[in-house]
Amino acid sequence: MKQKLNESTEWVSDRFPLKKLWEDHMSHYYAPKNFNVWYFFGSLALLVLVNQFITGILLTMNYKPDAELAFDSVEYIMRDVNWGWLVRYMHSTGASAFFIVVYLHMFRGLLYGSFKQPRELIWIFGMLIFVCLMAEAFMGYLLPWGQMSYWGAQVIISLFSAIPVIGEDLALWVRGDYVISDATLNRFFAFHVIAVPLVLLILVFLHIVALHEVGSNNPDGIDIKANKDENGIPLDGIPFHPYYTVKDIVGVGVFLFFFAAIIFYMPEMGGYFLEHANFIPADPLKTPEHIAPVWYFTPFYAILRAVPDKFAGVIAMGGAIVVLFLLPWLDRSKVRSIRYRGGIYKKALLLFVISFLGLGYLGTQPATPSATMAARVLTAIYFGFFLLMPLYTRWEKTKPVPERLTEQPSIEEKIPEWIETYHEMTEKQEVKAASGEKKIVTRPNPSGIIAVLGRTVKKLINSLN
Amino acid sequence: MTNEGVNHAKRRFLTSALSVVGAVGSGYLAVPFLSQMQPSAKAMAAGAPVEVDISKMEPGLLIRVAWRGKPVWILNRTPEVLQTLTTLDSELADPTSNESTQPASSKNAGRSIKPEVFVAIGLCTHLGCSPTFRPEIAPPDLGERWKGGFFCPCHGSWFDLAGRVYRGVPAPTNLEIPPYKYVTEELIVIGEETEEAVA
Amino acid sequence: MKKLIKTLLIVMPFSVFASGGEVKLEHADIDLSDNASLERGAKNYVTYCLGCHSIKHMRYKRIAIDLELDEKEVLQVITPYGANIYDKMHTAMNRHDATKWFGTYPPDLSLISRSRGADWLYTYLKSFYKDPSKPLGVNNTVFEDVGMPNVLWQLQGEQIAITATEDGKDVIEELQQISAGQMSPKEFDQFVNDLVNFLEYAGEPVQLERERMGKYVLFFLLMFTVVAFLLKREYWKDIH
Repeated sequence: MKQKLNESTEWVSDRFPLKKLWEDHMSHYYAPKNFNVWYFFGSLALLVLVNQFITGILLTMNYKPDAELAFDSVEYIMRDVNWGWLVRYMHSTGASAFFIVVYLHMFRGLLYGSFKQPRELIWIFGMLIFVCLMAEAFMGYLLPWGQMSYWGAQVIISLFSAIPVIGEDLALWVRGDYVISDATLNRFFAFHVIAVPLVLLILVFLHIVALHEVGSNNPDGIDIKANKDENGIPLDGIPFHPYYTVKDIVGVGVFLFFFAAIIFYMPEMGGYFLEHANFIPADPLKTPEHIAPVWYFTPFYAILRAVPDKFAGVIAMGGAIVVLFLLPWLDRSKVRSIRYRGGIYKKALLLFVISFLGLGYLGTQPATPSATMAARVLTAIYFGFFLLMPLYTRWEKTKPVPERLTEQPSIEEKIPEWIETYHEMTEKQEVKAASGEKKIVTRPNPSGIIAVLGRTVKKLINSLN
Repeated sequence: MTNEGVNHAKRRFLTSALSVVGAVGSGYLAVPFLSQMQPSAKAMAAGAPVEVDISKMEPGLLIRVAWRGKPVWILNRTPEVLQTLTTLDSELADPTSNESTQPASSKNAGRSIKPEVFVAIGLCTHLGCSPTFRPEIAPPDLGERWKGGFFCPCHGSWFDLAGRVYRGVPAPTNLEIPPYKYVTEELIVIGEETEEAVA
Repeated sequence: MKKLIKTLLIVMPFSVFASGGEVKLEHADIDLSDNASLERGAKNYVTYCLGCHSIKHMRYKRIAIDLELDEKEVLQVITPYGANIYDKMHTAMNRHDATKWFGTYPPDLSLISRSRGADWLYTYLKSFYKDPSKPLGVNNTVFEDVGMPNVLWQLQGEQIAITATEDGKDVIEELQQISAGQMSPKEFDQFVNDLVNFLEYAGEPVQLERERMGKYVLFFLLMFTVVAFLLKREYWKDIH
């Protein structure tokens, strides 16, 4: 048996570099040994991509890209098709999960300077993946043909008409009709199920090829190839397989736990993953009272609304994505990782996170005057983070970078500390139950909570220096 | 990185444990994915039993109804036809229908509950074409041996008027008989067994 | 920094207020495992609602399966006369006529519980009041200028709105019953609750099963993660 297996492996190896590929990219691909929790999201993004492909293919077997039939065919999947509800929820939850994972993956890049030289191309490919993903999500959202699908697409495509001279014609060309219609649905279906996924797949391939060419960055942001042993293996590197494969599987388990919890217990996620108004079939004559894009677009939508001029708003929204592409050249810092950067970058990054989350929240809310004002402030911070970056990163005082990777406590090692914190924040009390029995209940302990919060804030402020 | 003192047995055990758990999980996930390609509730509803009124059927007449999207034939056989059927056994591949599919109530010489009313699924057991109804005896194109029956135009299979297949043709078995029952003398339900077994 | 927090503090309560300007909804007591309530709801739906509103994605057969009812019982008790067990809950109303009578076609209610929510439906059905200025003689506190007559008025009795003037505008303070219905208020609440319970079920018939299944899936994934973690820890002993 074993010999047969070896023979066939040899047969393949003579014709296809199976072994070489495995060694180059898995068993002899040396990754820094100090990856922390932020490094799970790359493999998770790949997992979600596979999930979207499989469930998407299954959905197309029963979905009908026809304005008359689309909405009902989704309900047909939800009710009449065996397990159709599971497949559909896996796909709809997967869409949101994709953005959660990708946003965290991108934030990791900001934390540890993964976009900096020599990884600019990895970042550019990654950004292209992000743009494709947005196109994919946007066009996919039209397919259920609910009220939000319809009017969301109507609003976003109308943005094209803001472009001077060619705008109106361009919007018309994209829609293939004077309003969103059957023609639009059909072409979006074509893009969503084949054109964009194909591009996405190629980009993911390029992203990984580029990554494996230069090697992974790490939380210390130093080059592990600078310190090699006599065999030319980085001293701080470990083979991706088995060490990171087994580690990533743990991440997959944890991720799937939360993913399944959403699918089985709150697939609508309170109206954020599946919007309530999208359970009403598209009606070209009646706009819903409050149109908000799905949560993952809301930061950019809020930027769009913050600008009083239509065309300028479109430019600002596009600009918010374009500046991300420029990141490798905006950042002039000598060090990569936030661990060795000066305080100003840390503060700027914190402000950026606040502005991104704030814009995301405001994008879900109606545009009241005070909300618009707040969105403008946050938009300014968003762009400030990028456009002022060449200045504040050039002059910042960085800390000395170590020669070799440093050791940080892992999650497992932190667990006892967390348990201790939990005990500090709660207290046990004896309570007499109605039956006269004495019971011990755990109650929150206000003084403990205040102490913990105080420590946390202090730690946070200290870490910003 | 040190490789001394590695507990290989433990690693092997944990690796296989994880593989087994993972395989079980994938198996469970495959069930919904594969079964979603099974007929849906809509297809099941379309496969609901069909009622057919046979009161208006003259002898010799064949009507077609759709059940589960398949053609179902109902033929009112004349006494002459029934007489002819008894003479064909030597030319048939499975005259007693031992190799063929039919409800127990139709596993008899005429392959029907009542001799004169013949019910069958009109799809050739070879590759699923629908044979043509050729009741005439010895037509020029089929020759002297033809005693009336069903002729499949796709690959030339011969069936008699009890849906029994002739020897030496591509079709392996007799035409399938669907489950059916008489609600009254003149009303047939196709898709339900004649015993009260099916709810 | 401080300025930013201040702005956020100003925005937060405002956005809460922005969505709070509507009528306070009553709480519907949804229990999808209460088959008796769902059966009553289904029966009442067919009697009072199906005349105009279809639930075109729901099959009677599915009701029989999910509520653990005998098909014959469903055909006798729930379905309208002449319907088949495989039929979907279609209304007999003619689309053309309906548009003529009501100015609009009564919507299909398959997904109404998912777009409106159970509490809204519960409050809506209880909140019709007499308003002679409207073409149908009724209005509704949660659905202004409602285009639907109060189908349940004989059961509930009639209500009028008690208004008060606030900032120069008439605001409805409460609804007051002016004639007794065939049901006591408590019975009527139960009746509406059954109906809403059924609509909630019809919105997503699989939800009870989905939640039941979820427990096993989560337990399995927990086991998977634990084994994966043990394996990871074993391998990572190599690394210092």
